[in-house]
Amino acid sequence: MLIQHALFYIFAALAIGSGLCMIFARNPVHSALFLVAAFVSAAVLWILLEAEFLGLALIFVYVGAVMTLFLFVVMMLDTKSIPRREGFVRYLPIALLVVALLVLTMLIVVAPQHFYMTSISPPIHGEDYSNTKALGDVLYTDYAYAFELAAVLLLVAIVAAISLGFRGRKRNTKAQRPQDQISVRREDRIRLVKMTAENRLKNL
Amino acid sequence: MTHFMPPQFTAALPEIFVLLMIVVIMMADLFFGEKRRLIAYGLTQLTLVVAFALTFQQLSLGTLTTFNGLYIVDPLAIIGKLFILALSVFVFVYSRDYIPTHHMPRGEFHLLGLFSILGMMVLVSSASFLSLYLGLELLSLPLYAMVALKRDAAISSEAAMKYFVMGALASGMLLYGISMLYGAADSLSFVTVAQVIHQTSDAHRLILIFGLIFVIAGTLFKLGAAPFHMWVPDVYEGAPTAITLFITTAPKIAGLIMLLRLLVDAMPGLVLQWQPILIAIAVLSITLGNFIAITQSNIKRMFAYSSIAHMGYLLLGVIAATPLGYSASLFYIFSYAIMAAGAFGLLTLLSHAGCEVENISDLQGLNTRNPWLALMMLIILFSMAGIPPTLGFFAKLGVLEALVKVHFVALAVYAIVLALVGAYYYLRVVKVMYFDEPHDATPIASTMDRNVAISINGLAIVALGIFPNALIMLCRSVF
Repeated sequence: MLIQHALFYIFAALAIGSGLCMIFARNPVHSALFLVAAFVSAAVLWILLEAEFLGLALIFVYVGAVMTLFLFVVMMLDTKSIPRREGFVRYLPIALLVVALLVLTMLIVVAPQHFYMTSISPPIHGEDYSNTKALGDVLYTDYAYAFELAAVLLLVAIVAAISLGFRGRKRNTKAQRPQDQISVRREDRIRLVKMTAENRLKNL
Repeated sequence: MTHFMPPQFTAALPEIFVLLMIVVIMMADLFFGEKRRLIAYGLTQLTLVVAFALTFQQLSLGTLTTFNGLYIVDPLAIIGKLFILALSVFVFVYSRDYIPTHHMPRGEFHLLGLFSILGMMVLVSSASFLSLYLGLELLSLPLYAMVALKRDAAISSEAAMKYFVMGALASGMLLYGISMLYGAADSLSFVTVAQVIHQTSDAHRLILIFGLIFVIAGTLFKLGAAPFHMWVPDVYEGAPTAITLFITTAPKIAGLIMLLRLLVDAMPGLVLQWQPILIAIAVLSITLGNFIAITQSNIKRMFAYSSIAHMGYLLLGVIAATPLGYSASLFYIFSYAIMAAGAFGLLTLLSHAGCEVENISDLQGLNTRNPWLALMMLIILFSMAGIPPTLGFFAKLGVLEALVKVHFVALAVYAIVLALVGAYYYLRVVKVMYFDEPHDATPIASTMDRNVAISINGLAIVALGIFPNALIMLCRSVF
């Protein structure tokens, strides 16, 4: 048990620390990398909770695919020209007040005894228990409706992104038209013109 | 696994049909959109009409929960969907010519609109926090994109950005509140949460109240009530008028039904906690909305602040916390949606072909330019101000009656006094339309179908104002 406790505190601290660093880092690339660290720590915490499949999916999907793409985008953007921390000092007092109030309420309210339990015992599973199978069982049966709706949300994201990003092919751009290139004929390219020979000496 | 019950797909027939048609329209617009320019518009209207018919025949179903407790068909859901679908038909008629003349992609506008309508249908039919949240996101995400659809306008992009950031914040708050309720009740189903609240003694409700506050804040953010109203004026002004028209009609109905589902279905046991919060928010919304609207010269901003005030009046019915109050709120939102559809529909009609109605002074002498449209605007403005015999009068009367019945007399009197303040800025627009000389006296022409639509819309406000009983009975039959 002791190792699990130690692992929990190490990775919980790492998650909070890299979350803070992500917000305070001045370089956006560093921010993105700290976010990756936060995801990995969260994945470890999930695995400690015996949600192995979700933990690994978090690493594969978010760290492996989403954040890699995100890093590419951040590197391509011209982030130097964006003014940073505008009005940071001006809004700091009110922000601190709001954060202090929120943290205070959370400290008072979000405690185990308010969830009608003083200690939570971990669930006990048999030898053949598989987290992946348990998820799959409910995902396509009990939660099929929610699953389909999430799919529709992704479709909305695609339609919205394309309608905002794609501006249609502009006229007069020098785009290649392969069908025209293939069907070109000699007569279209070369025009033979008959001319009478000029007598240059006449001009002298 | 062993307890799995196959869902009753017939219960969700309207949603399934709309989703199928979205895919069909996407393909049809891709392949035939260039040649047949009205294909997306025509198919969208067909979808709405058929979905309306499918929803209408569900009235015989009674109350039914399926999809493992995620989806509910009950009178509230059915009547909400009927109004959402019917008003959307009008919205798409008004904006048919506005979209291409203002250089916005026609296919995407109709697609995103249908996606948003699908989200509203899911939202009003939700029986669990999970489907409620998914419906809300499906409603909001297309709206963010629609606001930014006019890509060359910087003000629209800015409005979309504000809307998106504020909306994401509101979603975060809502989710945080839901996570607290889930932690306390160990279930996402409204019925179970209501039972847990009922069984918990007052002393142990701290975590539930904590969750409730965040859920209310998130919901009122979406409805646009003060002090969560900051995005409303900027988005109403920045978005193209046709998009503002869309945002201010059907999503408001879905927003109120979401609030009713949360407070009445899931948390009726916490009524003593949410009542004072809502009183504060209603008073703030009515005061702030009415007073700031007076100073506006931009007509879209004026309607934005007026909508904040209307959201305050709307909450008065919920504050009463009686079936009478809830039905009065439902009546109020239906009336408001009909009035807002007319008001922004008219602005959309007037601002075609490059000329945009932005300021109140742009309406100068509308009576000499097109007397019929001016008369329709007059009816809508009178109704928004709550002058009898229009629909808006009975809407206000209903919520105030419900308030007085539970002895919130002071609150009712305050609401009436502020309604008089509100009458000023509506009547000022009437004065500009009828008594000011126009800058440009060219008559305004409009096409047949849109004239018919705006006439039905304006005359319905008068007709329902003179014979409000049917609609009142319909709203009362829900609770």
